[in-house]
Amino acid sequence: MKSKIIPIAIGATLGLMATSASAATLDDVKAKGFIQCGVSQGLPGFSNPDDKGNWTGIDVDTCRGIAAAVFGDASKIKYTPLSAKERFTALQSGEIDVLSRNTTWTMTRDTALGLNFAGVNYYDGQGFMVRKSLGVDSALKLGGAAVCTNTGTTTELNVADYFRANKLEYKIVAFEKADEVVQAYDKGRCDVYTTDRSGLAAQRLKLEKPDEHMVLPEIISKEPLGPVVRQGDDQWFNIVKWVHNAMLNAEELGVTSANVDQMKSSDNPAIRRLLGVEGKFGSNLGLSNNWAYAIIKQVGNYGEIYERNVGPKTPLGLARGLNALWNNGGLQYAPPIR
Amino acid sequence: MAVSEQADAAKVALWNNPRFRALLSQAVLIFAIVWMGYEIVTNTVSNLERQNIASGFGFLENTAGFGIIQTLVPYAEDSTYGRAFLVGLLNTLLVAFFGIIFATILGFIIGIARLSKNWVISRLAAVYVEVFRNTPLLLQIFFWYFAVLRAVPGPRESLSAFGLFFLNNRGLYMPAPVFSDNAYIILVAFIAGIFSAIALRWWAKQRQIRTGQQFPVFISSLGLIFGFPIIAFFAAGMPITLDQPELSGFNFKGGMTMIPEFASLLLALTIYTASFIAEIVRAGILAVSHGQSEAAHALGLRVNPTLRLVVIPQAMRVIIPPLTSQFLNLTKNSSLAVAIAYPDLVSVFAGTVLNQTGQAVEILLMTMGVYLIISIITSMFMNWYNARMSLVER
Repeated sequence: MKSKIIPIAIGATLGLMATSASAATLDDVKAKGFIQCGVSQGLPGFSNPDDKGNWTGIDVDTCRGIAAAVFGDASKIKYTPLSAKERFTALQSGEIDVLSRNTTWTMTRDTALGLNFAGVNYYDGQGFMVRKSLGVDSALKLGGAAVCTNTGTTTELNVADYFRANKLEYKIVAFEKADEVVQAYDKGRCDVYTTDRSGLAAQRLKLEKPDEHMVLPEIISKEPLGPVVRQGDDQWFNIVKWVHNAMLNAEELGVTSANVDQMKSSDNPAIRRLLGVEGKFGSNLGLSNNWAYAIIKQVGNYGEIYERNVGPKTPLGLARGLNALWNNGGLQYAPPIR
Repeated sequence: MAVSEQADAAKVALWNNPRFRALLSQAVLIFAIVWMGYEIVTNTVSNLERQNIASGFGFLENTAGFGIIQTLVPYAEDSTYGRAFLVGLLNTLLVAFFGIIFATILGFIIGIARLSKNWVISRLAAVYVEVFRNTPLLLQIFFWYFAVLRAVPGPRESLSAFGLFFLNNRGLYMPAPVFSDNAYIILVAFIAGIFSAIALRWWAKQRQIRTGQQFPVFISSLGLIFGFPIIAFFAAGMPITLDQPELSGFNFKGGMTMIPEFASLLLALTIYTASFIAEIVRAGILAVSHGQSEAAHALGLRVNPTLRLVVIPQAMRVIIPPLTSQFLNLTKNSSLAVAIAYPDLVSVFAGTVLNQTGQAVEILLMTMGVYLIISIITSMFMNWYNARMSLVER
């Protein structure tokens, strides 16, 4: 008896899930009352616990934006710090609801892992850091160098491609955790430390003497970093995608966390739609109509998030560059809310 | 009597027959286990399909595209994932093999030293055991790794010995032998040396049984095993030349390299496991009753032959089974290599390859299978050795 009932029950559940899969994550999240957000194990500017144990960073703010949109409360999040190796398995298995961990959007990851990338919250590229005393001013002079990096990242592949394409020899030393890469580079195990340029700027702060190191001018890869969700749940995919788009639209329309309340009475129809005064854009996502208002009020628009976490006034000191809005010469471009 | 018992048995219903019940319960158990395994496999496969996650072992044919710092077989970025698996496996076997040899030697020395009548030596051995047995292995690996890196200079200030060996924080650079065509003669001579040493040993034993005279087997065997290849080396016109490492650009080129990751992992595994082996050796020796060595002394044997011919052979029976577990532990502990960038199986295959293909189920199954097979082979060898060493009852 038993052996017959269980397969039937499983089959029935699977059948049900096939039709109602689109609602699963949002319902789960609402039922448990918080979002489980996968972040890094500590990358300043992106996802890093501060001295009080609160997570901060541009990737953390993406998660906070999602929580604000879903619950109207940006603090309803639990964080799961993940190594580069663990991150996709954690998302596939349902341990986390969204992966927001400086993860590069590649074709393999998008197509073969059962995942969807919901946008790009930081356009990055891979670079090299060396000691100034080495007297090297170009990556093309790095033939024979020992290169430290992380395992399980696209950087490991990019560096192999770059050195192969330029017919340069190299020795790769790949560690599991970023902290050990930094330590080994600092102790002189490697001539070069390679990762995304934003990561170099962040990790450089952890070196004993940051001023003795420099980042070489070459950018050897495209690294579009963004939040990731599971395939097959279109509603949740839409929510994560539009949280990011709402932040971009807010910056474009000049809506900030400071002026969002006055902006509610703006005459500009685009602003009125964004803030839920006109239309029913929130309910189409399965959320309340002031979803974007909550994001902007509690987390801010994209420009505010950038300046707060990685911008020129922070220790990372990264200029907007590619991450400026499209009308300021950058690549950040959100479809309109209408 | 017998007839009436049979008659009783026949009357009992099949259901109450103890033999039938035993068989039935075992059959049900086996069926339940097989069915559970089947459900797990089919469920996993259907879940992977539902989530659009690639599955199967076809990925082993794909190009890996990443570099590995230490490769015992030819490997380049355009090799396959299957090749990367082999590279990782050989790196694991390399560190486990040398780790087992060095840990056994060091463990025996420390274990015997702990029983020394010299107070300082026995106390030093005790301190060694307590310190290294009671601190976590991962911390010891980090300690040796960063201690090694800190202690040695950069490539341009390398320490050099005879202009042949260079040590810096990129590794130990050694001249590599380059074999020309007729170098195989040396290998043949080496094998011939081993066989003649075995023959010599047999002959010496027979002679000792017949006449009671002893023959210095150990020294003569060494002479045979190393003398033959040396003679062959010169006879064949020195077919092996040395490829010396030379400083160029950032670092040395040519020769052989021992990377610091390998050195510190080997050091940590050896020192840690030796502390356990030392205790096992001590326990084994203490388990041999004192009367045995007293009897040996009474027969006129001195301290060394007593230890070698009477105490150690009996102690081995106690030592071998726990020693086997230490060998297995060392092999499995070598997977901590991932922390310090030594490219072992876990780091290369269950790390980089897993992350690039995302096929966690297949890759972890393969990795666990490999450790299982290595461990089973080690146990089988040690069980065979144990059976050989065990007490032969007459």
